[in-house]
Amino acid sequence: MIGTVFGWLTDGTNWTGGDGLLRRILEHLRYTVIAVLGAAVVAVPLGLAVGHTGRGGTVAVGVANAMRALPTLGVITLLSLTLGILKTGPVLLGLGILAVPPILAGAYAGVQSVDRAVVDAAAGVGMTSWQRLWKVEVPLAMPLLLGGLRGAVLQVVATATVAAYVGLGGLGRPLLDGLRVTDYPRVAGAAIVVAVLAVLLDLALALVQRQVVPRGLRLARTSVGGAR
Amino acid sequence: MIEDLSRYLGNPRNVDAVLELLLVHVRLALLPLVLGLVVAVPVGWAAQRFRRVRGAVLGATNIVYTVPSLALFVILPSILGTKILDEINVVVALAVYTAALLVRPVVDALDALPGHVLAAATAMGFRPARRFLTVELPLAVPVLAAGVRVASVSNISLVSVGALIGVGGLGQLFTEGFQSAYDPPIIVGIVLTLALALVVDALLVGLRRVLTPWQAPARAGAGRGAA
Repeated sequence: MIGTVFGWLTDGTNWTGGDGLLRRILEHLRYTVIAVLGAAVVAVPLGLAVGHTGRGGTVAVGVANAMRALPTLGVITLLSLTLGILKTGPVLLGLGILAVPPILAGAYAGVQSVDRAVVDAAAGVGMTSWQRLWKVEVPLAMPLLLGGLRGAVLQVVATATVAAYVGLGGLGRPLLDGLRVTDYPRVAGAAIVVAVLAVLLDLALALVQRQVVPRGLRLARTSVGGAR
Repeated sequence: MIEDLSRYLGNPRNVDAVLELLLVHVRLALLPLVLGLVVAVPVGWAAQRFRRVRGAVLGATNIVYTVPSLALFVILPSILGTKILDEINVVVALAVYTAALLVRPVVDALDALPGHVLAAATAMGFRPARRFLTVELPLAVPVLAAGVRVASVSNISLVSVGALIGVGGLGQLFTEGFQSAYDPPIIVGIVLTLALALVVDALLVGLRRVLTPWQAPARAGAGRGAA
């Protein structure tokens, strides 16, 4: 069985053409990137504002947690039925909703995790509220913020397979088509491609995450013996 | 829309079908939660205790979490030898996620235990197994409970994805509604999923209070029923 899956994956004709894996991967990535960016545009400023002012934290976390419980398949099917005219709109909206909670939580937790003494010191040397946010809190919040973004990307890549259910492309297409005609190698092959894509994206973001840790923070970490 | 909804719920046959799916949903979401917890505790214990296991286990849990649920649902049958439409696939997949999610909180919670408490337990003659079960594990409950709450919400919403392979509890209301271009079942499914997540979360908070009687209630008056 594993042999047939491998055979399907290594057959070049399954990768090229209008229904090939390459096109499906690109579609999948497009949905993911648009949904996560859209969610970030909403969630990052909100999380930073809540963390910076220290106001509305309970409400923001509560709303984010309730959003986590929203079943994406339900949201996408409902939106497709009600807003059917805009083809990719419902899918992007549904995936965007999925991406908001982790990004919001990451931005908020990032700013919150900044040592109050550091923020006070920034105020003490005369930084305005805005300067404290951009020059102190945001850089120090970066690792957690990107951690949230990573979580969001993982979830969206995994869930973007649902797009195929409402008649769109992406890697859910070969998966669901294969299920319908009980072509198991196609189903498992597509599933493996999704998993590999998720791992690769996560690795790429992990590298970015490592790059954005401010130098001072890295020094501080190594000096306490790598304690998290 | 409200008219459609009341007409849909006015039919007792629909209500019966919905309740049955709700039951399936509860089973598919909560069984893995328990199984995952049962796996995560000993694994987390080993990871916290042995340095070498720690790196391997925490790395593995990260990788597990990158595998998409739908992918796992359809790959598992070839590993387990089950049928593709078998409920077991969904249960095992979600149990794997739950375990992966909970190992880190177990390790973190055990890491954070105050050394003097452990020393006191040892001095009182607690052997390692008894010390773990009666001292360390109960003290880890608050951190662990936070992890279990996240896992329960995540499971409850992930079950619906199973509808794409024909096993999805309330998720089947989404596929049915979409196929017949009829909103009411989808709305009912979304509302019930949210309600289920909320109820289970409240129960877990209550359970944590019962299990940690030494913790002061978070707000004055909030702990009335917890004693």
